[in-house]
Amino acid sequence: MKHHMQMNAISRRQALALMGAAGLVTATGVPAFADAAAMADKIKAITGGAAVGDGASIMLDLPEIAENGNAVKVAFEIDSPMTADDHVKAVHVFADGNPTPEVASFTFSSASGACGASTRMRLAKTQNIVVLAAMNDGSFQQAQTTVKVTIGGCGG
Amino acid sequence: MAKIKPRVRVPKSAEVGEIVEIKALISHPMHTGRAKDKAGNVIPRKIINSFKVAFNGAEVFSMNLEPAISANPYVAFPFKATEAGTMDFTWVEDGGAEYTVSKKLKVS
Repeated sequence: MKHHMQMNAISRRQALALMGAAGLVTATGVPAFADAAAMADKIKAITGGAAVGDGASIMLDLPEIAENGNAVKVAFEIDSPMTADDHVKAVHVFADGNPTPEVASFTFSSASGACGASTRMRLAKTQNIVVLAAMNDGSFQQAQTTVKVTIGGCGG
Repeated sequence: MAKIKPRVRVPKSAEVGEIVEIKALISHPMHTGRAKDKAGNVIPRKIINSFKVAFNGAEVFSMNLEPAISANPYVAFPFKATEAGTMDFTWVEDGGAEYTVSKKLKVS
């Protein structure tokens, strides 16, 4: 009986080791998370490689530390007259540590009167958030910040 | 599944030229396609993927949502009041289902 239990203990340990190895394979074989390069690719797909301004006109409102990655406030305001001749066309939000880098994109018009929005996003872990604004004249502005995440928001 | 219910907040009235904040929320689980249920089965992706706002028939704001948007997606955005009218809100779910709400805005 004692012997039998020992056998059980070993096989359990072996099973755990196997599970650990399997986990390692998935972690290295298939990238589970996007990275900075994937995010850069997505940004390039939008800008077409055009120069991107430093985003001095973009004001971000994100927490420095998010306790719950399931709902992290992301808000921005962009200083723009929002006239028919000079307005922000679209704003794209990216996160470089989520399974996919896209978070959301917004389109504005001169009827908006101002450019800004506020929403809530999921963050899997501590990562960089990029807000990319496309102006109606074809130029781009980008602002970036880091959010520290205590508990990730990917639903296990 | 909880009922999918859109809610919006539009001020009843605004002055001409005033920029008002519109808030919109829809109760929706926003399944990412990555989480698992209690039995270990992957819950298929089902999210609200698009949100559009039109005023008197002309689109004034839109948003594309990715799985990274939290459950019960909420958004606040500005709108410049120039004339009275109706604001139509449309949410589109994966699979094409649409949820709509309309609100009247008085402008003085």
